[in-house]
Amino acid sequence: MAGISVNRANLIRTIGLGAAAVALLASCTDSRTQIRIVGSSTVFPFTTVVAENFSRNNPEYLAPIVEATGTGGGIKLFCDGVGSRFPDVANASRRMKPGELADCQKNGAKDIVEIKIGIDGVVLVQGKKGAPFNLTLRDVYAALAAEPFGKKQTAKTWKDVNPALPATRIEVIGPPPTSGTRDAFNELYMVGGCDTDPAMKALKKTDESRHKEICNKIREDGAYVEAGENDNLIVQKLGTNPTAIGVLGFSFLERNMDTIRDVPIDGVPATYQTISDFSYPASRPLFIYVKAQHVHAIRGLREFLDEYTSERAWGPGGYLQRRGLVPAPDDVRAENRARAEALTPLTKGDLE
Amino acid sequence: MTDRLSTLDAVTPTVWSSPQMQARIRRRYRQERLFKYTGIAALALAAGFLLFLMTSVISDGWTSFKQTEISVPVVFDPVRLGVTAEQAKADPTLLRRANFPGVLADSVAKAHGDEVEIVSDGGWLALREAVEADPALIGKTVPMWVIATSNIDQLAKGRIDLDADEGDRPVNDAEVAAWKRLEAKGDIRTVLNTTFLTSADSVDPELAGIWGALKGSFLTAIITLLISFPVGVLAAIYLEEFAPKNRWTDLIEVSINNLAAVPSIIFGLLGLAVFLNTMNMPRSAPVVGGLTLALMTLPVIVIASRAAIKAVPPSIRDAALGIGASPVQVVTHHVLPLALPGMLTGTILGMARALGETAPLLMIGMRAFLTSVPQGFTQPATALPVQIFIWSDNVSRGFVEKTSGAIIVLLLFLLMINSLAIYLRNRFEVRW
Repeated sequence: MAGISVNRANLIRTIGLGAAAVALLASCTDSRTQIRIVGSSTVFPFTTVVAENFSRNNPEYLAPIVEATGTGGGIKLFCDGVGSRFPDVANASRRMKPGELADCQKNGAKDIVEIKIGIDGVVLVQGKKGAPFNLTLRDVYAALAAEPFGKKQTAKTWKDVNPALPATRIEVIGPPPTSGTRDAFNELYMVGGCDTDPAMKALKKTDESRHKEICNKIREDGAYVEAGENDNLIVQKLGTNPTAIGVLGFSFLERNMDTIRDVPIDGVPATYQTISDFSYPASRPLFIYVKAQHVHAIRGLREFLDEYTSERAWGPGGYLQRRGLVPAPDDVRAENRARAEALTPLTKGDLE
Repeated sequence: MTDRLSTLDAVTPTVWSSPQMQARIRRRYRQERLFKYTGIAALALAAGFLLFLMTSVISDGWTSFKQTEISVPVVFDPVRLGVTAEQAKADPTLLRRANFPGVLADSVAKAHGDEVEIVSDGGWLALREAVEADPALIGKTVPMWVIATSNIDQLAKGRIDLDADEGDRPVNDAEVAAWKRLEAKGDIRTVLNTTFLTSADSVDPELAGIWGALKGSFLTAIITLLISFPVGVLAAIYLEEFAPKNRWTDLIEVSINNLAAVPSIIFGLLGLAVFLNTMNMPRSAPVVGGLTLALMTLPVIVIASRAAIKAVPPSIRDAALGIGASPVQVVTHHVLPLALPGMLTGTILGMARALGETAPLLMIGMRAFLTSVPQGFTQPATALPVQIFIWSDNVSRGFVEKTSGAIIVLLLFLLMINSLAIYLRNRFEVRW
């Protein structure tokens, strides 16, 4: 009998030790020593470059953690509270909504600093050999949607879409769905063109998922050609096929001005100026949001913001431009840098 | 009687020489051959798929273990650097802010021209390391090997089809010309890619490494094993040897079998809800990944361990009980050692599945961009399969070979763990 009790005691001790080890591991939630960033996958490639440059230039700090969760998911995580468990920075490819700011403030993250890091321009281009084209957002949407305005897609040529356009076959070469440019194309061109119809705008209020389907789904009968990951290939194809239209990030147009030119949208040409002042319809600002309370608590966050808002990062010719970000105009950059330095909090009034 | 025999004879001839019997025998042999060939064909098909996978992964990935470097006579100009040798000796932290990128850019432009970028964005890090080791280098000109850009790297590895038109390949003619000039001068070399083997992720393929993800996987696997193996084995022993057979134990058995078939993403959601949201454990940490994967692996280990315990002959238990051993002694002295090899096999299978798992790790934030190698169980980390997933998504051409390189590392890691487990199994194997 003694043998049994000893063995049992051993067994219980072993189990107890195991449980203690698990509990010990679980309690290792020490305060964080590195910057944590979540949010938009469109802003992700820019923030990761800044994060990497920051950790190269400041080897005394641990490298920031950047996670692509999408803008909405990122802001939700970001706004869940203050403290080392919650992210310090949120990447956003759209502005924060007043409701999200209210959530943040309700959870204790009172001072949120908004920094506009630059502009994302998705441009339509064509080969220089082709006759100059002029499109509207509505034309692009009607030509490429799987179900334009909820009806069956029948357009074969641009003339079918808009009688003012030439009778050439619709052929648009663009990025695959895995690409961030494609998301921006969907949002800016497809949804933008779709919402030119008041009926579609009304539908969004009544049936959002149907609106999403009608406005986002691109036809799959060969009119939209997915060019894979090689943007050079799009440029090359446009050079040999004068009637095709390509979808590219603005930085690519800028680098290949010798073979391609932009297609004006709603009469606005894609230039550095029109994209940075938002008169080109397919441009949108990109943001990062920072918790001011964390700047004082998290080591390196101040320096990270300095790196992000430095001219060598977001200025003209900076490394972010080389990755495809359109720099914001000088005064906007100056204003945002000042905001990052002073940690001016965002107010509800700013968003309305 | 004779009548009946003769009629049977006529209906079912069992005489070997009869044509009906011969036909039946031929048919039987044919069926056996057919069965054998189907088996061989199945094996050949499986081997073919494996061979295809291995050749494509290895042919794409083996170059990721090599790296291209460019020889640059680096002029450590104190003025351009903003730090003199004396200042650097007095306060080494000054070197952190020194203008090494500018120094490298000037030196490269002087030696090789500046029409195209040939050295990596992070190439200057080697300069800083060198000066930190020896501040006296400031003011001198030192020949150094600097990491090339991904495009030059791909050219040097012969991964670019030079016959294609300029627009059809990812590098332009100027880069090709620069590479050819470097080759002619002998200022370019290909060496073992220590960056890939020792560093973590990067936005530049030439600076990206697998060590961060490998270590993350390793830390995660340790937690998974530490939790799921003892808990799984104890649960199996209790259920097999001690638990009464009633409705409750039946219910538990059904639940365990059910859990083993639940998709892994569900365990990810569970981990997110329990470990992150309720227990407030750190996001992206290997400890959370390990716990989540342990939940996923547990049912597999319990089922395999129960099967192993069942396979121990009852005569051994009876004999031990017969000479006066207590039930716990029977288990710890006899059943457990005999069942251990089978339990280890189940654990290997469970761990292999856990190591290759991506979905649950995405839910708990182990899909982060990390440029530093994780230093502990609570530090943010990523895992090998997640790293493969992230790289395969990357648009940069240089990441194609890195993806395959990471797959090779993952396969080697699995092979290593499996061999260890097989060795342990053979050591404990007892025959009776």
